[in-house]
Amino acid sequence: MTATTGQPASVAARASDVWKVYGSGEAQVIALRGVSAEFERGRFTAIMGPSGSGKSTLMHCLAGLDTVTRGTVHVGDTTVTGLGDAGLTKLRRDKVGFIFQQFNLLPTLTAKENILLPLSIAGRKADPAWYDVVIETVGLRDRLDHRPAQLSGGQQQRVACARALVARPEVIFADEPTGNLDSRSGAEVLNFLRNSVREHGQTIVMVTHDPTAAAYADRVVFLADGQIVSELIEPTAETVLDTMKKLDTPAEVAG
Amino acid sequence: MFRATLKSLLARKVRLVLSGLAVVLGVTFVSGAFVLTDTLGRSFDSLFADAYAEVDVNVAAKPKLEVGEMEGQQISGPFPATALETVRAVDGVAEATGVVSTDGARLIGSNGKAVTSFGAPQLGGNWTGESDLVQLREGRAPQADNEIVINKGLADAGKVALGDRVGVLTLEPRQDFTIVGIFGYSGDRDSLGGVNEVMFTTPVAQQLMLGEPDVYNSIVVTAADGVSAEGLRDSVAAAVGDGYVVKTGEQLSADAAAGLKEGLAFFNRILLGFAAVALLVGTFLILNTFSIIVAQRTRELALLRAVGASGKQIIGSVVLEAIAVGLIASVFGLAAGIGIGALLAYLFGNLAGGLVLAGVAVPAAAVIGAFGVGLVITVLAALLPALRAARIPPIAAMQDVATPDRPLTKITVAGALVTAVGATLLFLGLGGHAGGNTLATILGGVLFSFIGVALLTPLISKPVVAALGAVFAGWVPGKLGRLNSGRNPRRTAITAAALMVGIALVTGITVILDSAKSSITGLIQDNVKAELVIAGVQSGPRPPTFDPAVLTETKAIPGVRMVDGQYVDQALVGDERAWVGAVTEPAAMRQIYGAEATAGDIDRLAPGQMMISSDTAESRGLSVGSTVPVQFARGDAQTYTVTGIYESSPILGPVMLPADAARNFSVTQPSQAFIQLEAGTSVSDVLPRIEALLADSPEVSVADREAFLEEQTGQLDGLLQMIQILLALAIVIAVLGIINTLALSVLERTRELGLLRAIGLRRSQTMGMITVEAVVISVFGALLGVVVGSGLGAAVVEALKDEGITELVLPWGQMGVFLGLAALIGVIAAVLPAIRAARINVLGAIAHD
Ligand SMILES: Nc1ncnc2c1ncn2[C@@H]1O[C@H](COP(=O)(O)OP(=O)(O)OP(=O)(O)O)[C@@H](O)[C@H]1O
Ligand SMILES: [Mg+2]
Repeated sequence: MTATTGQPASVAARASDVWKVYGSGEAQVIALRGVSAEFERGRFTAIMGPSGSGKSTLMHCLAGLDTVTRGTVHVGDTTVTGLGDAGLTKLRRDKVGFIFQQFNLLPTLTAKENILLPLSIAGRKADPAWYDVVIETVGLRDRLDHRPAQLSGGQQQRVACARALVARPEVIFADEPTGNLDSRSGAEVLNFLRNSVREHGQTIVMVTHDPTAAAYADRVVFLADGQIVSELIEPTAETVLDTMKKLDTPAEVAG
Repeated sequence: MFRATLKSLLARKVRLVLSGLAVVLGVTFVSGAFVLTDTLGRSFDSLFADAYAEVDVNVAAKPKLEVGEMEGQQISGPFPATALETVRAVDGVAEATGVVSTDGARLIGSNGKAVTSFGAPQLGGNWTGESDLVQLREGRAPQADNEIVINKGLADAGKVALGDRVGVLTLEPRQDFTIVGIFGYSGDRDSLGGVNEVMFTTPVAQQLMLGEPDVYNSIVVTAADGVSAEGLRDSVAAAVGDGYVVKTGEQLSADAAAGLKEGLAFFNRILLGFAAVALLVGTFLILNTFSIIVAQRTRELALLRAVGASGKQIIGSVVLEAIAVGLIASVFGLAAGIGIGALLAYLFGNLAGGLVLAGVAVPAAAVIGAFGVGLVITVLAALLPALRAARIPPIAAMQDVATPDRPLTKITVAGALVTAVGATLLFLGLGGHAGGNTLATILGGVLFSFIGVALLTPLISKPVVAALGAVFAGWVPGKLGRLNSGRNPRRTAITAAALMVGIALVTGITVILDSAKSSITGLIQDNVKAELVIAGVQSGPRPPTFDPAVLTETKAIPGVRMVDGQYVDQALVGDERAWVGAVTEPAAMRQIYGAEATAGDIDRLAPGQMMISSDTAESRGLSVGSTVPVQFARGDAQTYTVTGIYESSPILGPVMLPADAARNFSVTQPSQAFIQLEAGTSVSDVLPRIEALLADSPEVSVADREAFLEEQTGQLDGLLQMIQILLALAIVIAVLGIINTLALSVLERTRELGLLRAIGLRRSQTMGMITVEAVVISVFGALLGVVVGSGLGAAVVEALKDEGITELVLPWGQMGVFLGLAALIGVIAAVLPAIRAARINVLGAIAHD
């Protein structure tokens, strides 16, 4: 993988006219209405939008955790749409990494074992040089033999980040990774994510509610009511907040 | 609160079913045992009531020797036929019939083998004509000395028909008769409860069944019109005098039924014993289930606390759930128990042939037992988890559910204490220091030991599970599975302990029986210098016997050096009952059985002389020259003089008499013979010749010493198998426990499983992980069981040293099989939970609350 920042035309994940409908009849909810989006390789993209706008749904569909009702999803050169369980498992092993808001680690394993878990499940060895780099960046070298219960929330989340990074997946999906953290630990995690993009060419797609968090990204995609409504390149907290406000106003009127 | 509990209960039907199933099985066992014995008991009541329906009054001689139902058979001795005249002369007697009818008439079937009756009596007697109860189906009454009539059931069992010439074994060796009639019983029955009957003419019956001419063993009296049975009984009793027992027909039938019921009650206790084992295992299972449920509901319960529920209400909620589970399980268990009890009664009735079953009823004991046991056990088992639930702080609702690793100190100390109590009780019980309560003390000791070890298990589980898991170290799902089985030591421990109980009992019993077998074999091989043995397999109260003429004929075969025929019976020696043996060749004591004299002469026995073991001499204060009165099953008391005392040995009985004593035994023919050959004579030369001699004694066969030992110890194998089958139930319940624990753990770890799947764990790997967890738990349980069982078995063997069980045999092979089986059990138990885990929807799991 030689992708570096700014190399265009190389797409890590793509949604093409993705529709997602939950339930049917009276209880029908249309979570995504024809979303098309590309997430370039080596970039850090944030997805924002009001609660219930379909952020998580979009991310789940992109990652192959959920099926789409219509449209197609690609990760790298793999067509995710239509894959069976074996195909999806392989996708998750080789191309996708996850960071969740909470409950990210196995309580029975140490930090180090948790970090290496995806590789050992796949029966692969970590690249020692890369492993060292990852551990150095997360700054947890002295905590590697601790169990999750002995780590703070921020430390746990950094372990989860390291776990996602160590396998060098095509793309890492993170759903509100800082949602449970205070601003300082949140900043640590976000810095770390941004560095892995800047310095190591990792691709990250992150869902967040927090304009400050979104400002760490190279690009922000705004969702409202299941549709992409806006986009910002090189965002700052202020520009994100402004866009959010603009989105909220018509939504409130419509509501 | 009540509504909340019921709703949560109904929402978790699987959990309800799994935790209830263990109770259902235990309750089924309990109520099934009661229903079975009640049905059989009432069936026997009506059987005997039928059999004695026409008897108003029955006269029998006082037995010479009182023998309990479980120890052998009691013979009501013969009395002179003149008593019949005395009875007939009594006022109010309409009719009196002299009857000969005792056990011991064995018909030789068309296959040349003696027909057996599965323990029911094989009566031989005199034909006294048809009655309301007995009717000829074919043929006629016996008229000549060589004619008999037999019941239809016997004819069918022996595959013989009217007109056949058949051999019958009685007090005398085989004699041949012609079947001139076949009879059945009222109600179209071929047999009364499996009893077979051969009827001779009266003189022949007297000679063959009672051993003397002109004697009967009972008189059946019919009262004249208007005379009450009770009144008649008293006047007959007055007329015949002291030496007789006179009963009304009703009394007789009640007494006969009571005798059988003693056996049934014993059987009932055995079944209840196994039920207790099943319930003990079930208790572990329920305790575990409720603990897990409480752990899983921590948030829910904490939320209830947070919104104002009191600790008591929380306890109430858990206990209420236990009551619901217990009640439902008891109802199902009772229903299943009634079904199984009825089915077994039906099978038994068929086996016994013609036992007309009384309708199945549900005795109060079954209902009380079912609900008592089902409810009490469930609630007791749920109490601990309930108390723990009450201690959940409301704050837990706000926190992530972490299973705090509570220290194991308390539970370990408690376990050590309980184990110590168990060991002490075992020591007292086995050492014979428990006074009259030996059995209760031993059982209590076993129970306490099990509970104690179960409490210690969490501590042991850590290193052992780690060691077991090392097998899977190289495989990631295996490693995860091993870690999971170690993450909650209590849960793993209790699940494993449930399996331990069944396996420990089977192992312990195997150790005892194998040790006994090997000790007996060793003893006989070391001490008995006989190349050939004549013996048979006993299938009822009477030992198999053979014609004593075979002994002299065998002796005459060239190459045979010495033959000793043995008769055995119980007799009143002095004023204590004892097993006595009669030997045809006293010199065999030293030369075949390796006896050593401690006093007197043990090479000879003349009539009126006896040899006794050194233990007997000591306990009764006898020495050479002492005289002892001996009362046998027949005849009057006789005085014997002690002429020799031999060193006690498990293979030699306490009292040896000359062969002529055997004519007063209840069984007057030899049951075993040991044959010593001249040096250089080959067994294969002599064996066929003895076989030929035994042609008319089909109950026994001749075999070399090894084959004889195998045949004798083979009976222990049968016993072992039966115990294993019954204990298999305990193991089945334990397997349910493993399934339950796993299923609940899978539920509990839904998120974690989702996470693992999200980061690339394949379905098959997920299943592998769950399977390893199950295998580790069950192998751990089996390992505990094997160790605890060996310990218990060894303790019992140690205690039985004086009884001749000197060798401790640990069944390594079988233990290996148990461990292998446990691994298999683990795999089977994991199937459903593993499928469930593999099917977990990744997204759903992560979004799961
Ligand atoms: N499993 C489901 N069944 C039915 N409706 C669903 C399901 N999952 C999500 N939805 C609906 O789809 C819509 C989008 O949900 P989604 O979780 O993607 O929102 P979100 O943008 O992530 O919100 P939040 O910021 O609150 O996490 C919502 O209206 C939600 O109610
Ligand atoms: Mg969301």
